[in-house]
Amino acid sequence: MRTPSLLIATLLISVSACSSPPPASAPAAGGGKKVDAATAGTISGKVTFAGTPPKPDMLRMTTDQACVQASGAMAPSDAALVAADGAVQNTFVYIKDGVDAAYSFEVPAEAVVLDQKGCRYAPRVIGVRAGQRLEIANSDATLHNVHALPMTNQEFNHGQKEKDPNIVHTFTVPEVMVRFKCDVHGWMNAHVGVMGTPFFAVTAADGSYEIKGVPPGTYTVAVWHEKFGESTQSVTVGDRETKTAAFTFKQ
Amino acid sequence: MVWLHRYLRLLVCATFLLVAAGGMVTSTNSGLSVPDWPTTYGHNMFTFPASKMVGGIFYEHGHRLIASTVGFLTIGLVIWQWRVEPRRWMRRLGIIALGAVIVQGILGGLTVKYFLPAPISISHAGLAQLFLCLVVSLTVFTSASWRQPLAPPVNDARLRRRMVWLTSLVYIQILLGATMRHIGAGLAIPDFPLSFGHIVPPTWTPQIAVHFAHRTGALIVTLMVIATAGYIWGRHADRPELKRPLWLLIVIVGLQISLGASVVLSGKQPVINTLHVATGAAVLTTCLFITLRAFRVRFESDRRTEVRSALRT
Repeated sequence: MRTPSLLIATLLISVSACSSPPPASAPAAGGGKKVDAATAGTISGKVTFAGTPPKPDMLRMTTDQACVQASGAMAPSDAALVAADGAVQNTFVYIKDGVDAAYSFEVPAEAVVLDQKGCRYAPRVIGVRAGQRLEIANSDATLHNVHALPMTNQEFNHGQKEKDPNIVHTFTVPEVMVRFKCDVHGWMNAHVGVMGTPFFAVTAADGSYEIKGVPPGTYTVAVWHEKFGESTQSVTVGDRETKTAAFTFKQ
Repeated sequence: MVWLHRYLRLLVCATFLLVAAGGMVTSTNSGLSVPDWPTTYGHNMFTFPASKMVGGIFYEHGHRLIASTVGFLTIGLVIWQWRVEPRRWMRRLGIIALGAVIVQGILGGLTVKYFLPAPISISHAGLAQLFLCLVVSLTVFTSASWRQPLAPPVNDARLRRRMVWLTSLVYIQILLGATMRHIGAGLAIPDFPLSFGHIVPPTWTPQIAVHFAHRTGALIVTLMVIATAGYIWGRHADRPELKRPLWLLIVIVGLQISLGASVVLSGKQPVINTLHVATGAAVLTTCLFITLRAFRVRFESDRRTEVRSALRT
């Protein structure tokens, strides 16, 4: 009798733990203070990689003919896009610390769109505000499952067939980063930075980024990359100043 | 009864295939590739188009289809048993098997709905092996060699105790393996046969502890199999009904150790991983088979029941 009892107890505990309500806390509303556009500055720079760029893994897409038709049977992974000059694309740059809690930042009404195209997430790295709508589209001629694996927000997993309407989700709590995966196509990954402030950017193909509208102050700026990790730098922005902060990931 | 026995053999094969398919789902990380349950992307499970069984869906949906087949076969078993099986305890075992397969299906659904929580996934893996043991036992109990043994059954209390211990240890070892898989500890110790270059890991985390426990369990099971083989050869050398499955056990335990090492050295290659799961099930059921043979003497009343039933008809 002990084994079934243990099984049932384990089951009940697990179910009750799993069915706890989603985090209800909305992002901090702030104290209502607005950034003065006349004094706001900019943080910009470039993210590079020092050393021999890693060779991209080759993705075998032959488990789904729709993916093969869209991207080929074997395609290079876009997990670490490093240009010949060392510029690193798809790095999430954000102000990690130092923003005065008295500030309030309006959440944009328009949604951020994360597409599934060629059996990849596009873009692979993206930022969204806590409380802002995130729309996940499927432009492929096959089905995907959209599986978000946050640590703080609520995990979800939705199926999305070809031509299905966009999946709309709103993260409520700031969290850097939330990983998205597709379990149908195991190579598909995306990373979403959920931010409480608008001070974030994703590096372009030339490794550049720009964060505008930053009030004067001293901040901890962080760069996050799914393969190279995270590093931080202290940056002080003066009135209407454009401050350059370069980051280099090392081998 | 002959056809019921054959039907049970089919059910054993289907269940074994189901265990292997479940292993493939975990090994390919496809457990959540179908996010809904009991439907599949909104379709009834049986009308989901085969053309859409791509990527991870092939493994997860395939696993569900095989599971449904096993469920239907188990319902058929219960009906058949109630019609032809004279032994009440056998009919009850059939009902227990049906209950187990239903609970197993619900556990499978819950693990999908709640994003593969380890306790539910481990329970799902553990109950799968118990169900397999049940149908193997039912198959043995309906066999001609069980119902009408050619020679008087072995009567050795020490052998019975040894086999109960061995079978229980193998089951615990399987549970440890399932825990290792579902907490992602399969490569927590990346080298083999040493652990981080040492006999005992120099550093400990829960994952390393579970992984090392599974390796230690493998060593204990192997030593117990060797000791049991020595015992059977020493005391029951003239009993082919014990020696034949014992030979098979020795071969598959050797294979299982090689597969376990290959899982680590191949970086959890899915096919090797799945073969390791399936061979684990084969080790368990072979141990169970020998255990049942050792306990045959306790079932002498079976023969009397069958004779009474035959006289009535």
